Amino acid sequence: MATVAPDGSAYVPPAEIEEVDLYHPKSWITKYVFCQDAKVIAIQYSVTAVSIGMIGLVMSWLVRLQLGFPDSFSFISEAAYYQLITMHGMIMVIYLLTALFLGGFGNYLIPLMLGARDMVFPYLNMLSYWIYLVAVLVLIASFFVPGGPTGAGWTLYPPQSILQGTPGSGAGILLMLISLALFIVGFTMGGLNYVVTVLQARARGMSLMRMPLTIWGIFVATVLALLAFPALFVGAIMMTLDRLLGTSFFMPEIVELGEHLKYGGGSPLLFQHLFWFFGHPEVYIVALPAFGIVSDILAVHARKNIFGYRMMVWAIVAIGGLSFIVWAHHMYVSGMNPYFGFFFATTTLIIAIPTALKVYNWTLTLWRGDIHFTVPMLFAIAFIITFANGGITGLFLGNVVIDVPLSDTMFVVAHFHMVMGVAPILVILGAVYHWFPLITGRMLHEGLGKFHFWVTFIGAYSIYFPMHYLGFLGVPRRYYELGETDFIIDSAQTLSANITIAALIVGFAQLVFIFNIVRSASKGKISERNPWRATSLEWQTPEFPPGHGNWGDELPVVYRWAYEYNLPGVELDFVPQNLAPDQVVMTNAKPAE
Amino acid sequence: MGVAVILILVGVGSVVFHFWSPWWWTPIASNWGFIDDTVTITFWITGFVFVAIILFMAYCTYRFRHQPGRRAAYEPESKKLEWWLTILTAIGVIAMLTPGLFVWNQYITVPDDAVEFEVVGQQWQWAYRYPGKDGVMGTSAVKHINGDNPFGINPDDPNGQDDILVEGDDLHLALGQPVKALLRSIDVLHNFYVPQFRAKMDLVPGQVTFFWFIPTRTGTFDILCAELCGVGHHVMRGKVVVEEATAYQAWIDEQPTFASSLARATTPTGKGVDLVLREPKLEPAKDGSVQ
Repeated sequence: MATVAPDGSAYVPPAEIEEVDLYHPKSWITKYVFCQDAKVIAIQYSVTAVSIGMIGLVMSWLVRLQLGFPDSFSFISEAAYYQLITMHGMIMVIYLLTALFLGGFGNYLIPLMLGARDMVFPYLNMLSYWIYLVAVLVLIASFFVPGGPTGAGWTLYPPQSILQGTPGSGAGILLMLISLALFIVGFTMGGLNYVVTVLQARARGMSLMRMPLTIWGIFVATVLALLAFPALFVGAIMMTLDRLLGTSFFMPEIVELGEHLKYGGGSPLLFQHLFWFFGHPEVYIVALPAFGIVSDILAVHARKNIFGYRMMVWAIVAIGGLSFIVWAHHMYVSGMNPYFGFFFATTTLIIAIPTALKVYNWTLTLWRGDIHFTVPMLFAIAFIITFANGGITGLFLGNVVIDVPLSDTMFVVAHFHMVMGVAPILVILGAVYHWFPLITGRMLHEGLGKFHFWVTFIGAYSIYFPMHYLGFLGVPRRYYELGETDFIIDSAQTLSANITIAALIVGFAQLVFIFNIVRSASKGKISERNPWRATSLEWQTPEFPPGHGNWGDELPVVYRWAYEYNLPGVELDFVPQNLAPDQVVMTNAKPAE
Repeated sequence: MGVAVILILVGVGSVVFHFWSPWWWTPIASNWGFIDDTVTITFWITGFVFVAIILFMAYCTYRFRHQPGRRAAYEPESKKLEWWLTILTAIGVIAMLTPGLFVWNQYITVPDDAVEFEVVGQQWQWAYRYPGKDGVMGTSAVKHINGDNPFGINPDDPNGQDDILVEGDDLHLALGQPVKALLRSIDVLHNFYVPQFRAKMDLVPGQVTFFWFIPTRTGTFDILCAELCGVGHHVMRGKVVVEEATAYQAWIDEQPTFASSLARATTPTGKGVDLVLREPKLEPAKDGSVQ
């Protein structure tokens, strides 16, 4: 059934379900604010996520200023520093990356790439966004309560997250937990929608094995999120009860600052298991959509089918499955039963095999291609390098015994920023350059785009690559300042200062990107209908950019997979998925069967 | 062309940085050289793959760049190539994982001749306890903790009476003596981390964790807390002194025992003040800010 090779039969099943009437907005409010059109919801999600992400970016500047130039910025106190790293991490992982990939790209691309008119539950989809917005507002509110936001680290490990010695242990941590719970509620509404839409609303002929890898990545990531987020949800609820009602789910008997607390019998490790049972799949919730999107960008701009499509699909599924049995590799030195180390090191290194295959297949897609160095393509190439780098350092940390000296050092910080910060964000940026014409009908400015790319790629690499070596030296993470040590050589501070300067430059380059978006949305060059000459359905809509309902009077019918580039014997170097076989122009002018 | 050159520069630059970098392991001071060896194996395997990927991509971006009239090959998949890559990757993974698990087995198998000592963490300081002459540490519990008994040693346990308590001073260890560190926290998570020993482990309130090592080099080394433990995390420091057995024994003999410190604390004229929990360096105010 897997139709990978040129599909002569172009089989299309008969229509089984009649079209359901689409809802239609009746006023400005229901068209642009409380809108049920997935494309508008996607923009709402994206703008909100990027806005809160910019706050997270500014926080990272402050963190870097403190690390690069300690004692120079009196307004960054110890408490403020820990609050900054906590909120930076939480914002970037949950409120930016998860929301942008699934709520943003998922909403925009799933219906369009599958040939559907909209998500199957538009009203639920709208609710999903508004609850997400409330979650973001609650998160922001925690900056303005007495004591400020929580400074417990993004992992929120109890007991310290709810005790006096941690900043924001009053209202801050409660608002954080409430915000997370809201986020999960909102996400679940959206997530169920994405899964059901992928399974039920595909166009005729769009078999699962004809779906673009973008959809595979978003689909599997959504399934992971639906299974993983509940663990965080119950963890957040239990911690709230510990904090508010004095239960002891995570709280053993404790003497805090000389005073016996009224807790007893709970387990701090229980929270860590719940957190990482969510937290590790979370890495792939961010990574899998990036895997999918980058596969499509590579194929379109190298004018070549993605190499080994079936392997790529199964690798996504395998990685998704394995991601649920590797969580405790975050806990090798947590004090859990040490025999767990054997199991989790083995599963963690096994997950490297499908992941490595994906990297090989991306590079092999370039082999004998026709590579156009467009801005999206540059970002895709940079993704492969940064992801390979970040994946490789994962082999260090996953191999339990190497994790012992390196855990809780800057090596870990460098690793996870490279693999789930830099790499997926490079894909997001490339994807924005790629799909901006579809959304706005205009091109982003290419010169600014290339400037943005080179500064971001080279800059981010020179932030995080050297940072690993501070970890080898033994520089611990989450340190407000290093203070006096015998083993940290003075040049480490010089390196740290250089990293800070690189981080500021990369941050400012993102402002160029924002400027490019704002300017191009109204003044950019008008785009052709299908500027990248892509095969996938989102570029084949009757209206451009796609209108309400996406497909005009008639839903598209799909005859082939999404990677029909440079098919021998065909005149054009691409064949859209919905082009009927008798419409394909052959070089020998003989129509196809 | 430009893209290929920059890709090569990134690859070559990474390798040059690796060999040139002055930021590298501190000289090891424990028996865990195997950990460093596992890192070296991993570096060679992964480094080779990383450089190969970059150079392959650089070649592709140069050789297959768009030129007028160029058409890409149509090549959906190659089972043979994909199988070969799978097998080679699996071999590489096995080559890294096997030594890793072998060393991990050593890491969690404490030798019989290891001598126990205890590390007690609290915000934001370290304290240490050694078994006394009987070689056994007394039982302890949080409920026993008070100003006179900051370690929470069970006062009714005879094994605890001769336990040696070290507060506000350095940890001392004997050169070449295998030791098992028992780790205990009375408030939040901490992590006992000495970079030169390579080993580390969390301190978890409510349970006792452990790891073992052999100090192989005399000297004084920094102890850091490596698990975020609140606003004073970065100032939770200590020192460990590794010295010859005779010097170590002389130091041990000078330290107070649990019984002697209790006696001092209960004598009205005694120096009980020594044993009252020292004020933390940073005391959080009600609103969470630090004075």
